[in-house]
Amino acid sequence: MLEIKNLHVELEEEGKQILKGVDLTVEAGKVHAIMGPNGSGKSTLSYVLSGRDGYRVTDGSASLLGEDILEMEPEARAAAGLFLAFQYPVEIPGVGNMTFLRTALNAQRKLRGEDEVSAADFLKLVREKAKTLKIDAEMLKRPVNVGFSGGEKKRNEILQMAMLEPKMCILDETDSGLDVDAMKLVSDGVNALRDAGRGFLVITHYQRLLDHIKPDVVHIMSDGRIIKTGGPELALEVEKNGYADLLAEAV
Amino acid sequence: MALAQARIDLTETRIAAYDLPEGATWANEARHTALTRLRAMGLPTARDEYWKYTNPAELTAPTAPEAALFDMGTDRAVFTDIDRLKIVFVDGVFDPDQSDDLSLEGLEIARLSAVMKTDIHWAMELYGHLETHGQDPVARPLAALNTGFATDGVVIRATGKVSKPVSLIYLHQSETSDAVLHHVIRVEEGAEMTLLEQGPAAARFNSVTEVDLAPTARFHHIRAQGRDHARRAVTHSFVRVAEAAHYKSFTLTCNGVLIRNEHVIDIVGDNAVAHVAGAALGDGKRVEFHHDDTVFVTHRGEDCESRQVFKKVLRNGAFGVFQGKILVTPGAQKTDGYQISQALLLDEDSTFLAKPELEIYADDVKCSHGSTTGAIDEEALFYLRSRGVDHSTATDLLVLAFLAEAIDEIQDEMLRADILAQLDLWLARRRD
Repeated sequence: MLEIKNLHVELEEEGKQILKGVDLTVEAGKVHAIMGPNGSGKSTLSYVLSGRDGYRVTDGSASLLGEDILEMEPEARAAAGLFLAFQYPVEIPGVGNMTFLRTALNAQRKLRGEDEVSAADFLKLVREKAKTLKIDAEMLKRPVNVGFSGGEKKRNEILQMAMLEPKMCILDETDSGLDVDAMKLVSDGVNALRDAGRGFLVITHYQRLLDHIKPDVVHIMSDGRIIKTGGPELALEVEKNGYADLLAEAV
Repeated sequence: MALAQARIDLTETRIAAYDLPEGATWANEARHTALTRLRAMGLPTARDEYWKYTNPAELTAPTAPEAALFDMGTDRAVFTDIDRLKIVFVDGVFDPDQSDDLSLEGLEIARLSAVMKTDIHWAMELYGHLETHGQDPVARPLAALNTGFATDGVVIRATGKVSKPVSLIYLHQSETSDAVLHHVIRVEEGAEMTLLEQGPAAARFNSVTEVDLAPTARFHHIRAQGRDHARRAVTHSFVRVAEAAHYKSFTLTCNGVLIRNEHVIDIVGDNAVAHVAGAALGDGKRVEFHHDDTVFVTHRGEDCESRQVFKKVLRNGAFGVFQGKILVTPGAQKTDGYQISQALLLDEDSTFLAKPELEIYADDVKCSHGSTTGAIDEEALFYLRSRGVDHSTATDLLVLAFLAEAIDEIQDEMLRADILAQLDLWLARRRD
């Protein structure tokens, strides 16, 4: 599904190297988690994969279903099946959430050469998906993320994911700013999307999200590299002992 | 203070270029008084405080600079599908053949040229009067010029709730036309009407619209200023709002080498409402774009609300100006005044200059003003693109979002949809 090889990335302006050779493969149907201390490059990895400006790839590659994505525009990556659930979802005053969802859905379909979804079908679809995430009609009508609480923003990200049905989902610290109930709701939303054809990359600081979204593989990232890979037990080890031991081990 | 000789010459040359129409005694008096006032003020120059950001030279020149005609191609004109009473002016001259029959229940409509020849007419108490009143504290010499020389226009009195909008259509067919139109509108107690205006009007256009709202009257004004790139225009609205009356105005401007829209609103009664909004989309690629909104709202009544919402989207060296003032007089307690002017610059070549002003002499009021200039929000753009929306569509969506607050000032849903359709056309052209 997602194949990252020897990925080196630096900040465009400062020339500072952030990723120093990341190797990572996420298979279809699997959930991979990346954990790591602040500043280890986790969020940079998610931004580089989704095509945000400001980063320069100096070496390595990243492909989605065998297709090199690093040269693609962000919208082409989305159409190819990549989705990033933002750590800080962006507020867009003046653009209604429904308009946003429908424009995005139809834009992706158009890029893939498919027909647009009719207004009626769209409405039916969005209502059904919103209901399971406890997103009410009022929230759908409001401008994108404007005045949403932290939990509402994250639920809105998952709603977008459910609507767009991407092949590869990257969740960037989706647990940040969530209380226990919201975390459960968001996790249920993610779990509902798990299937044999879809891959997940879950970026988080804490084990607690992984109690809800059970990973198949856990990676520890530090200083721009994956320093250790293991099963779910690796996350528990971090929770118990912190990163210090793992970091010392890696050196 | 005596005027400088250059200004006197400028004024006299312009006055000499026109014929003073003859009419009824009151009309002749109104015209002569206007010229006397004009001579005392002199025509504006770029040195005047209120013309600092917009050079009036092309508006004051003795003859109109040439303006090429514009072919709309297959694009649908604004308001086409709206059921309305059409009044057509071609280069500033009323065209009865293209206009509808000037009768509609709840309305009296007459041509200005006919009214000015009538010995006694209700409009004699308004023609030039609201304009004169609006000269203080800021001189508006081009409006006085208009009162002096206007040859055509409409005089409308609404006495009930009017079933459909009155639609003024300004066609531009001569590359050198110099049109001066003057409209007088009186909306009586409890009456309500909508006025639509569209089209470029002429190579050079000077308009004055005097609107007098009786207590509880309601007036909606929606304008689309046409797409002829090369034309120049200065428009003035002088509005008097009585107790519990509502005035709501929205103007869409796409293209225009030089356009100045002045609004002078005097809220004289209590519990009245006045909203004035504008959306200007300027592209300086083929022809220059210069757009100026100058607004002056005076609060004299208690518990009144005023809103000024002006948004401009500028690219390729387009130039936008906003000068807006809220004046709250000593008795106007509980005033709620709001003013926002914002520009979205789509590149680094475009300019927006704003002068927001508040002057408040009452102690129990709520007034706010804000002005911003910015580029497209890159974060929002990336967010949209990461969801599969291409760069161009995402930009359009953000442009429309930026304009939304101004567009929302249009109350009528069909009219709002029509204006939005015009915006879509502009956005589609932007990609050419």
